[in-house]
Amino acid sequence: MSDSSVDNSLAVQSSTGERGAQADHGRSGGGARAASSPAARRPARRPARRPSRGIGWRQRLEITLLSGPAIVVFVGFVIFPVALAAYYGFYRWKGFGRPTDFVGFHNYTVILQDPEFHAALLHNGLIVVLSLVIQGPVGLLLALLLNRKMRGRSIIRVLVFVPWVVSEVIAGTGWSLMLQTDGAVNDLLEKVGLGHFTADWLSDPHLALWSLMAILTWKYIGFAVILFMAGLQNIPEELYEAAALDGASYWQTQRRITLPLLGPTIRIWGFLSIIGALQLFDLVYIIWGQYVAGTAGVSTMATYMVQYGRNAGNFGYGSAVAVVLFIISMIVALVYQRFVLRRDTEGALTGRSK
Amino acid sequence: MTVVQSPGLEPAQARTAPSRDKAKTPWGSPTTYFVALVLVALTLAPVAYIVLGGFRTNAQITDSPSGLPSPWVGANYVDVLTSSIFWRQLGNSTFVALVTTVGVVVLGVMASYVLARYRFRGRGAMYSLFAAGLMFPITVAITPLYILIKNIGLINNLFGVILPQIAFALPTTIIILVPFLRAIPDEIEEAAWLDGCGRLGFFFRMVLRLSLPGVLTTGILAFVASWNSYVLPLFVLNDLEKYTLPLGVQAFSSQYSVDTAKVLAFTSLSMLPALVFFTIFERRIVGGLQGAVKG
Repeated sequence: MSDSSVDNSLAVQSSTGERGAQADHGRSGGGARAASSPAARRPARRPARRPSRGIGWRQRLEITLLSGPAIVVFVGFVIFPVALAAYYGFYRWKGFGRPTDFVGFHNYTVILQDPEFHAALLHNGLIVVLSLVIQGPVGLLLALLLNRKMRGRSIIRVLVFVPWVVSEVIAGTGWSLMLQTDGAVNDLLEKVGLGHFTADWLSDPHLALWSLMAILTWKYIGFAVILFMAGLQNIPEELYEAAALDGASYWQTQRRITLPLLGPTIRIWGFLSIIGALQLFDLVYIIWGQYVAGTAGVSTMATYMVQYGRNAGNFGYGSAVAVVLFIISMIVALVYQRFVLRRDTEGALTGRSK
Repeated sequence: MTVVQSPGLEPAQARTAPSRDKAKTPWGSPTTYFVALVLVALTLAPVAYIVLGGFRTNAQITDSPSGLPSPWVGANYVDVLTSSIFWRQLGNSTFVALVTTVGVVVLGVMASYVLARYRFRGRGAMYSLFAAGLMFPITVAITPLYILIKNIGLINNLFGVILPQIAFALPTTIIILVPFLRAIPDEIEEAAWLDGCGRLGFFFRMVLRLSLPGVLTTGILAFVASWNSYVLPLFVLNDLEKYTLPLGVQAFSSQYSVDTAKVLAFTSLSMLPALVFFTIFERRIVGGLQGAVKG
């Protein structure tokens, strides 16, 4: 986009505390409603005479109308409760009445010195790395596979997404029945003559994390595939035709064209995967329950939070864990955005070309 | 007007075919099919275990955990299908998921449109605000959220689940939709202006149609997330009549913990509606992608 005609004098504080709209396109004038926009919100320095003024007004109204509802709901039900968690984190509070027993940073020092929390943090770290390393390549291969011409592709596509559509409760119920010591997996191994390999998939501390990774991959690979496939749709066909004319093989084409152009999608998926892994709760809690998770080596920060917060009735302590979890997620996310997502948000590949 | 974006899946088919001598069968086909078969087997085995387990008796399951039903028993499914509580919870889940989806899509498209196509100060801040939401899982905020919902009187009310779900689904929706909306070429917008179409008119007439694939994707994400949501209903809903299906499954499996077969029947019936919904809309996505943008 060529330099927009930014007029800083038009910037105004909007209701959400952000700077308001400005005229950007000289050409966007001429709408019939522009002139009649009510002059309610801006402490105008000069009467709105010039056409560019009118545009600023109308745009600001549009911006408020379009984004206002989303911001209100989002701030009310996401930001506000999280801010409350930060507040409760400074109290010893059992969840009844107002918190009165102010303990300062006591909750935080307890958390940061608790070996159980360290273990949970380590598990989260492992899950983050393993999710990226396992699900990324597998998801990419599946997306490429499902993008190819083959019979029954539409059926296979639906089937691959089945685990992702199945709820965590159902997946957890099914897998815990299958993986228990006298469950279906061990029984099947016996039947096909691999009785050797039977194991305590869920309770053996050496295996539990890998069982969890298998379940996570099974459950969430569909999401990676659906994102990658959406990204594949945006790659212009002409590039493939050109590559074909140049005699590039299938894998050369994928490596030289698909992978680089799929970069933004892959990086966005990586971001979502990391955050999801850091905050993993449902599946672990449903399969291992609150007490076994720690001894089996699959406890996460979120199960730690619920176990010592809500279930123990220490809502102040639980809120403090929530804040720690949030800060860790935020640091990871900011680092990722700073070093990995930077070029995408600056519009190198996703932005408008002009 | 020109073609805006390679529409849908035909490119995928076209891109392998011309590059090969054998135009009809892409190279590596047997391998492809083999991989696909293994994949489908791995994917479906656990689901098959749940569905088939519902057709067995508890004696069969104890005797041979990985066996097939012999003989097939329909009693478990009949029991579940004739219980009113299953239908009640199915209705609750459907209502919550549909209202959540509509709310997320409407609010999300509007906000994404602003972020993608208006240039104003604070746009970066607004985007960061929503992107920051990705770092707040519902588990982090669940305790204060519960207190907030209690204070506005929505405990044990389905809207106490719906409103926070809309809020927590907005970040993903916006992050997916903004690139879609930004990818609409300026030329189309200019043409719309020349035809006397304002930004809002452009929004309703062109943007919604052109970004349909993205909208469908986010809608499906929101629906599935709502259908599967566990923690929030666990805190907000507290009687069986108001439960959504995931809570129903858990309540059912603790109530009938020794009756594994019946639990499996209840479980498989409760995943069926989401699967049907998804199967239908999977086709819509493909159709939407193929026919969305025409010159």
